[in-house]
Amino acid sequence: MLEGILLGLQTALSIQNLLMVIGGCLIGTFIGMLPGLGPMSIIAIMIPVAISMGDPAAALILLAGVYYGAIFGGSTSSILLNAPGVAGTVATSFDGYPMARAGKAGKALTIAAIASFAGGTIGAILLMIFAPALSSVALLFHSSEYFALMVVGLSAIAAFAGTGQVAKALLMTVIGLIMATVGETAQFNAPRFTMGIMDLQSGFGFITLAMAMFALPEALYLVLKPSRSAQGSSGEIKDLRITREEAKQITPVIGRQSLQGFFIGVLPGAGATIASFLGYAVERNIASKDEQKEFGHGSVKGLAAPETANNAACTGSFVPLLTLGIPGSGTTAILLGALIALSITPGPRLMIDNPSIFWAVIISMYIGNVVLLILNLPLIPYIAKVLAVPRNFLIPFILFFTLMGAYIGQNNATELLILVGFGIVATILKFADYPLAPLLIGFILGTMLEDNFSRSMSLYDGPSFLWERPMTTGLLLVALILVILPSYRARRARARQEGVADGD
Amino acid sequence: MALDRWVALVFLGICLAYGYAAWFTMDGSLPPFMRRTPVWPSSFPKVLSIAGIILSTIVLLGLEKGEEKIGDVDYRKLGEYHLSQALMLLGLMVAYALLLRPAGFLLATSGFLIGGSVILGERRWLVMIVVSAIATGLVWYLVQVVLGIFLRPLPFFMGV
Repeated sequence: MLEGILLGLQTALSIQNLLMVIGGCLIGTFIGMLPGLGPMSIIAIMIPVAISMGDPAAALILLAGVYYGAIFGGSTSSILLNAPGVAGTVATSFDGYPMARAGKAGKALTIAAIASFAGGTIGAILLMIFAPALSSVALLFHSSEYFALMVVGLSAIAAFAGTGQVAKALLMTVIGLIMATVGETAQFNAPRFTMGIMDLQSGFGFITLAMAMFALPEALYLVLKPSRSAQGSSGEIKDLRITREEAKQITPVIGRQSLQGFFIGVLPGAGATIASFLGYAVERNIASKDEQKEFGHGSVKGLAAPETANNAACTGSFVPLLTLGIPGSGTTAILLGALIALSITPGPRLMIDNPSIFWAVIISMYIGNVVLLILNLPLIPYIAKVLAVPRNFLIPFILFFTLMGAYIGQNNATELLILVGFGIVATILKFADYPLAPLLIGFILGTMLEDNFSRSMSLYDGPSFLWERPMTTGLLLVALILVILPSYRARRARARQEGVADGD
Repeated sequence: MALDRWVALVFLGICLAYGYAAWFTMDGSLPPFMRRTPVWPSSFPKVLSIAGIILSTIVLLGLEKGEEKIGDVDYRKLGEYHLSQALMLLGLMVAYALLLRPAGFLLATSGFLIGGSVILGERRWLVMIVVSAIATGLVWYLVQVVLGIFLRPLPFFMGV
């Protein structure tokens, strides 16, 4: 492991990669602060830039920096404006905004930054311990287990979508998988489902789809409902220091929430959002009576808990990505797509084949956290000025960067028309309350899922691998339970509401 | 019928067409030697089409009942939002896609940025022109010179 850390340090500390971390964090903070733009849209917009650099380590470092920056920027707008730019920072506004209104905006930002730093750093240490262990286990997996594991991941993502949503989320996943089968595959050397259209020969463009699913609907929502982009002067931000007393209060919170957040982040489907809400709820429940009254009115503990948890969860979500090659969230799915475009396949072989990339990413997580703490925090009063940019200028620019991202990737103007078309479809799906992330995750995992499926079918001369390999069968059963459990529980809850007695 | 069930109906149609292709038409063009392999190009799509048909039927019939959530934008009251602005911006994006090659990057992009601001109700012409000109130049420099991706800067009749 020491060898790996040194290798990572060597790669991550090159001037180019240091600039990538710093640049990524700054860009992420800038854009993440804009209400309505989440990390997924920002990363989608940054992907063409990262891919055209050609160096996978630098690209992943840049994108990871953007990811942290976006989460940090999201908490800034939650605290200053009560307008979270990211779902993962909604819980931050519960206590952060009251603090800012009481004139303690600077203090709130400092606590948020320290909590994020601690959560991210402890998360990175845990990642360093768990990722190698998990990937050595994962090396024992055969293609049939990979197939089953991906099915589990996809079902978990659908299962976390909420009651009454599981069927919709699963349907979106299947649509994503269906879209992934369009075009020519290496395996069969024949185009499928192209309907004779030349542009579909190479399949749908992943960047175009990512932009259309996330960036475009969010921008259109900003146009449709201006109040979403709450604007206003952020007031004066001063006095960034915190007292010794407050530091003592938040230390245990940070310790607990780093661990909890990390492990929630590792689970597929549960990401920063769930981690932050759960962290807030847990801390409120275990706080003393007096402290409980403060929650929601500017409690430092209530601010530190979600901030620590969401950053630790972001780091945790890299574990399945780096060790199994299976993304657990929309954001890591986009990162996976970027890696595949750079001809790197994340998975257990990543640590063996490309140790410099693996370790450089982990080391750059530390650097990214330090950058956020010592560079971004003092700059926040200036960066916060971006909140005052009028939306008449902001929205055309967001749309332009969306278009540019799709264009640079393919150098093809038809791609822009496809982008607009899919963007309209995605907006309609969003109106109808269909979750969009499962579609993209299904699309990205589709090719890998089919590869592993076909390989197992060939090895076992038919679908018998489904019941002949105990681990595959077990994993598939887990997937089945994940899908059925939420609807069963919803049914039982409804039955209870109607006064029908439970079976148990 | 609520919008989500209409969408499910469309998905059902897509899955049926996809399933028809997977089950009945695409195997015809399979070369004879591949017929001996246990997995065909249509194997995985066959599984997917069945899953898709089952799931879209579940959503279409509303078998899984959940509380109806109204998101940030309620499509039933679409008229109360700035729908015309959104549609005009989409039109502007299509125009940009069609004009990018013939009109050149610089002209198309500054036109797009100014047009977008105008649609959103901005009327400070001087500010708009200056901002969009600076931004267009900067992005062109970054993409063309720093990233090395070719973007034709000028209209088609003015050379390159």
